[in-house]
Amino acid sequence: MTTTGGTVRAGSAAAPGAGAPRWVIVAAAIGMAFILLPVIAMAGRVDWSDFGALITSSSSLAALGLSLRTATVSALLCVVLGVPMALWFARSRSRLVGILRTAVLLPLVLPPVVGGIALLAAFGRRGLLGPALESAGIQIAFTTTAVVLAQTFVAMPFLVLSVEGAMRTMGDRPAAIAASLGAGPTTVLRRVTLPALAPAIVAGAVLAFARALGEFGATLAFAGSLEGVTRTLPLEIYLQRESDPASAVALSMLLVVVAVVVMAGTGFARRRG
Amino acid sequence: MTAAVGRRTAAAPRILATALAAATLVVAGCTATTEPTPTGTGDALAGSITVFAAASLTTTFEQLADAFEAEHPGTEITFSFAGSSDLVAQLIEGAPGDVLASANEATMDQLVAADLADGAPTVFATNSLEIAVPPGNPAGVTDFASLADPELQLVVCADAVPCGAATAAIEAATGVTLAPVSEENAVTDVLGKVASGEADAGLVYGTDVLAAAGAVDGIAFPESAEAVNRYPIVRVVGSGNAALADAFIAFVLGAKGVAALESAGFGGP
Repeated sequence: MTTTGGTVRAGSAAAPGAGAPRWVIVAAAIGMAFILLPVIAMAGRVDWSDFGALITSSSSLAALGLSLRTATVSALLCVVLGVPMALWFARSRSRLVGILRTAVLLPLVLPPVVGGIALLAAFGRRGLLGPALESAGIQIAFTTTAVVLAQTFVAMPFLVLSVEGAMRTMGDRPAAIAASLGAGPTTVLRRVTLPALAPAIVAGAVLAFARALGEFGATLAFAGSLEGVTRTLPLEIYLQRESDPASAVALSMLLVVVAVVVMAGTGFARRRG
Repeated sequence: MTAAVGRRTAAAPRILATALAAATLVVAGCTATTEPTPTGTGDALAGSITVFAAASLTTTFEQLADAFEAEHPGTEITFSFAGSSDLVAQLIEGAPGDVLASANEATMDQLVAADLADGAPTVFATNSLEIAVPPGNPAGVTDFASLADPELQLVVCADAVPCGAATAAIEAATGVTLAPVSEENAVTDVLGKVASGEADAGLVYGTDVLAAAGAVDGIAFPESAEAVNRYPIVRVVGSGNAALADAFIAFVLGAKGVAALESAGFGGP
């Protein structure tokens, strides 16, 4: 891979041993095939002549619309609640904060259905906050709010990690310099820190959106499944599998397309950042 | 959600299964030569089969398999329990199953249509819906018509799954229109939401109420006769051990099978 390097600069990777060994490339190709083959195989199963009709049925459109709406709200909630956490985690050196940070990132490694059970324990009718919510006239179970809560729960760590990483890379110096020039903490945050973190916040929000879009287990366990209210695209796909596999495959492909568009968006944000 | 065993569609697991079956035969053969069966039942049953069975049959079929294996030493019945439509989809994709016991005739018809049913399926049990409520029935549900109360948090199965099809059939027959807050993919999800108290009521099978062992209360209703699910069983084409598959099917249809199914709350065929 280094032989055709017409643009190799002097002193950089010109040595013949500097490129990746051939076996690494072979292993990488196997890895890529493992990820791509199932997706390509699925595309091969799509009934393309019927694709338009399958994905524009009223239940499909209801599910897609609900998914896009809830994932957008969830991504915004992640930004509002996640950025302060990221700022705090990046600055603090306390061990307690380190432990809290690990706990907050837990949804990354938890099976989503466990998240759903945990959300039920907190916000369900018989959950910790259930009686208080009920007396306030707020019902969460079986509503779109429950979908947003489930998605925000699983997506939040993606935003926190993304922003916290950027914050650590940036370091304390810009903020310290601004402060030495007389800016108060809020001014520093508003005029220096947040603008510098903007690309990371956008990238994190896009990742959170993508994760929210794919949320399945927590929604199923916590929110239920009703067309237009709680049945998001992944739940619709799961249901269509029962009666209409062709439609399930078409909807899966639609979700792949949406995910690719979102990923391209992330790449865009990264390059700018 | 209910799949107990992963999909086994690739060739490699099939080779593995064949190897295992061969190994079992070798072991069985050795036992036979060195130690003749003292009971002398005289049957030639040996080896193993895999039974694909609807998730609602899990407890009953596991008991039956234990009883069967005790009667026929040297045999082994393994199971793949999942939703009936998942099971049929897996068999059509080439999963190695010897027997299919599904929870309704519609899914069995798919297997027949794919030319994978060896002979005509036999109905061995029936199941009908009951109203499940959280213990103590906090919302005061009395009968099927009371489920139409718009204030009630009712959870049912989606139309696409057998329990939902049964629910829709009862709605159509009675003229009662339900307004559920959720239409779940599996009867176990309905049961879970009732047991946790999230829902005031749900429509599940009578066997599910019994299996929940106190986590929910059941209310039987006469209209359930409008939609009785019939459970058919059949040998799958290409079974590597047709004799054992037939023997197990006969066992399920026999007196011991009927008794076990009855005690789990299933109705007779």
